[in-house]
Amino acid sequence: MDSLYNLKAWELREMLLGGEVSAEEVLGSVRERVSRVEDRVNAYITLTEEEATGAVKRADAQLKKGETLGAAAGLPMAVKDVLCTRGIRTTCGSHILEDFIPVYDATVIEALRREGLTMVGKANMDEFAMGSSNENSYYGPTHNPWDLERVPGGSSGGPAAAVAAGEAVWALGSDTGGSIRQPASLCGLVGMKPTYGLVSRYGLVAFASSLDQVGPITRDVRDCAVLLSLIAGHDPFDSTSLTVEIPDYLAALQGDIKGLRVGVPRELMQEGLTPGVKKAVTDSLRLCEELGAQVTEATLPHVDYALSAYYIIAPAEASSNLARYDGVRYGFRAEGGEDMLEMYSRTRAQGFGDEVKRRIMLGTYALSAGYYEAYYGQAQKVRTLILNDFRAAFEDFDVLVSPTSPTPAFKLGEKLDDPLTMYMSDVCTIPVNLAGIPAISIPCGLEGGLPVGLQIMGKVLDETTLLRVARAVEEALDFKEKPQPERGVEP
Amino acid sequence: MSSYEAVIGLEIHAELKTASKMFCSCDASFGGEPNAKTCPVCLGHPGVLPVLNHKAVELAARLALALNCSIAPYSIYHRKNYFYPDMPKNYQISQYDLPLGVGGYLDQEMDEGPIHIGITRVHLEEDTGKSIHISESGRIHGAEYSLEDFNRAGVPLVEIVSEPDLRTPEQARTFVQELKSIMEHLEVSDCKMEEGSLRCDANISLREAGSTDLGVKTEVKNMNSFRALFRALEYEIERQEELLTSGGEVVQETRHWDADANATMPLRTKEYAYDYRYFPEPDLVPLELDQGFIEEIEAGLPELPADRRKRFIEDLDLPAHDAGLLISSKAMGDFFEAAVAEGADPKAVSNWMMGELSAYLNAQNIEIGEVSITPVQMAAMIALVDEGVISGKIAKSVFEEMLASGEDPARIVERKGITQISDEEEISQVIEEVIGENPKSVEDYKGGKQKAIGFLVGQVMRKTKGRANPQLVNEMLRKSLDEPG
Repeated sequence: MDSLYNLKAWELREMLLGGEVSAEEVLGSVRERVSRVEDRVNAYITLTEEEATGAVKRADAQLKKGETLGAAAGLPMAVKDVLCTRGIRTTCGSHILEDFIPVYDATVIEALRREGLTMVGKANMDEFAMGSSNENSYYGPTHNPWDLERVPGGSSGGPAAAVAAGEAVWALGSDTGGSIRQPASLCGLVGMKPTYGLVSRYGLVAFASSLDQVGPITRDVRDCAVLLSLIAGHDPFDSTSLTVEIPDYLAALQGDIKGLRVGVPRELMQEGLTPGVKKAVTDSLRLCEELGAQVTEATLPHVDYALSAYYIIAPAEASSNLARYDGVRYGFRAEGGEDMLEMYSRTRAQGFGDEVKRRIMLGTYALSAGYYEAYYGQAQKVRTLILNDFRAAFEDFDVLVSPTSPTPAFKLGEKLDDPLTMYMSDVCTIPVNLAGIPAISIPCGLEGGLPVGLQIMGKVLDETTLLRVARAVEEALDFKEKPQPERGVEP
Repeated sequence: MSSYEAVIGLEIHAELKTASKMFCSCDASFGGEPNAKTCPVCLGHPGVLPVLNHKAVELAARLALALNCSIAPYSIYHRKNYFYPDMPKNYQISQYDLPLGVGGYLDQEMDEGPIHIGITRVHLEEDTGKSIHISESGRIHGAEYSLEDFNRAGVPLVEIVSEPDLRTPEQARTFVQELKSIMEHLEVSDCKMEEGSLRCDANISLREAGSTDLGVKTEVKNMNSFRALFRALEYEIERQEELLTSGGEVVQETRHWDADANATMPLRTKEYAYDYRYFPEPDLVPLELDQGFIEEIEAGLPELPADRRKRFIEDLDLPAHDAGLLISSKAMGDFFEAAVAEGADPKAVSNWMMGELSAYLNAQNIEIGEVSITPVQMAAMIALVDEGVISGKIAKSVFEEMLASGEDPARIVERKGITQISDEEEISQVIEEVIGENPKSVEDYKGGKQKAIGFLVGQVMRKTKGRANPQLVNEMLRKSLDEPG
């Protein structure tokens, strides 16, 4: 049998409820794993040991007394350090928030706390969620547990690496242009970006407000459904939160995909894909056909412009969202400034990393008087065209399928000095954020021993179909590979 | 006579009277311990999101409708980006190209006749915190350090922008006074200039009289009272006129009114040359108001100052001047009407309010809401005069006591024994004394000098310490002097 730290959350919950194991034992297994591999993986910025100990004690007490066990109780979770946690420092991977301790919990954290959240730690990430490799963290890069020389993807690289390495059994990430799906893909995990507005953004430190969503990173589709059902729902503190009935996502796992209309946008299957990625995706599509789905080519005519539009809109919003980090009220303040303006510029020059500065500059430029229409205005028009492309495609198809990332995990440092190549990592995931639709990435094969992800995109609020399709494909693929970051660690 | 005409447009900011702030549930009231009325949202902590206060929208819509604006069925919020330590997020949530109300107007009664003032727009935004700069000048430049109080940060503000339809400082002052009164009548704002809940900036340029072109304008800020507004505009007109007549040019710039120096000063342009990088606020959804909501607000609008003025003139026979002053604040108008409702003569109430009461308010520098007398007491005092219990002159001293103590007029009169003497026997005794003591004046009067009677009446009043009924004294004096003998 697998070690406890390698099990799925739903399996562990069954064991907890069946009395086969205690929450303390589960946490102990994960902790032991952390102590063994964390030095090499660097999945966490802050370990929350007291917090987790308290949670498993409560869980075991509940179990002992026969009380209802919270749905997240005793199931060690990695929380991306972009979500505010009351009393626990929340750095966003940045120097500028190195000592920032929030006075409130993000709505999703609050919801999970009610269900017995067992948080192992605050997971590493690209600074302010800007990046595709986790190399932009002030707290050092995270290493991919499948190959420690490689990146785990980003910006939720820490949460993904933690789950892949057994340093948590599931995780919460955030996705602005692929930041859940791409690391999930590169780490052989399931990751979902829900429909924009399905999950509250309150307490999620903003990168690009109109694109950000919180979502699950898990070991299988069932865990994804469980975690989604715990975090989805209207939040009066988030004006962009949707007021909708939350369906039974677990029930949605049932059922086959016979007659399902699967579209494969040809624009997302073009150049830039490695042969292994192309093969794994093509094989998966053949499998879908075998399962009774109708697979045909689809088109998203404007999707080639998605990356350009995204790199206007996201930095524009970021340039404004990150203006509050000025050293006046909280966070890092640089010493030695002669006046207020100098205090601002020193604080921000020292507090932000290169990629964050690059995007603040890009966004500031795009919003400047005289350039606004040509950049921001134009990008918004493109965004509308892309949304219309998806609407049109979903007239003919139930889901659209593509690779999640055009390549498997690349080497640390490989793209660090070439932002444009780095930005291409998200070419398949970005259109989904621009359109606000949901998408899930599931592992669909290996290339050179590295996992490849399959992205399934759905209609607005049609997470149930995504989960059903993902579950059916997952079952048929039977992907069982696991990374071994401990290799070479032991004598 | 000047050959230049001033063209003035105003931007007025008023804090809306909501219980909570614009985007969070913090207390929106004035003052308090610094930073006591704050939360993660109005402090701009990481991860927070704004939630719109619908009461603020309702109040702003009420004002926009009262100013004859059309209400946009669809309006959005923008972020106005600039760095300043009193702005927690370093952007202000405001409205830009799709404001709540547009295309309104106000027909303003002026001494020279009515003027039509276009209202360009009425929009909603959030207020900033307050900076206290520790330096000699109180300005940030050269300050040793600064303190920030965010109690005001996030309080809902309404901005009213007028067309450049004003021509004189007096028109500008009257317009702002009218707006203040309108907002008071609508109960949308306290409009306390001294607390900063009503603020005003002016755009001003000069042009050749008769021209329709616009000259180069300056923007004048920091006018914290009606008086400051008036003086700043007067100064700025003079300054620009001197420049133009001496062949110079007006520079487009922002100027700061310095009340102590009695002058407008240019702001350091480098410090304030902002590109606000407006873009739609992605954290808020567009504001869509359905027609029913707008109609409901419109139907619920109270009587506005202009209608009230008209009613005072037409129904209560007040002169236009009186009516104008009485409606200049809602509290004045309410006090007046309450006294009239007690049966007092409108003109008498108006005289007392515009005379003694206003003088007292000015001297004490207080608002009418802070005086100790009630409209009922004022009506009672006027009744005492009407009934002849006290003379008008005594009434003035009674009124002073009322203002000081809040005591009922009847009690003051009784306590001090200052009821008017209307007893003819008592008065005729005094008259006899006076006639005996002033033979010269008696002679004069009998010799045809009508004026001498005034002196003799005065003597009687003096002897009775002003309590004698002066009309009666006059009558009785004439009678006894005219008697042959």
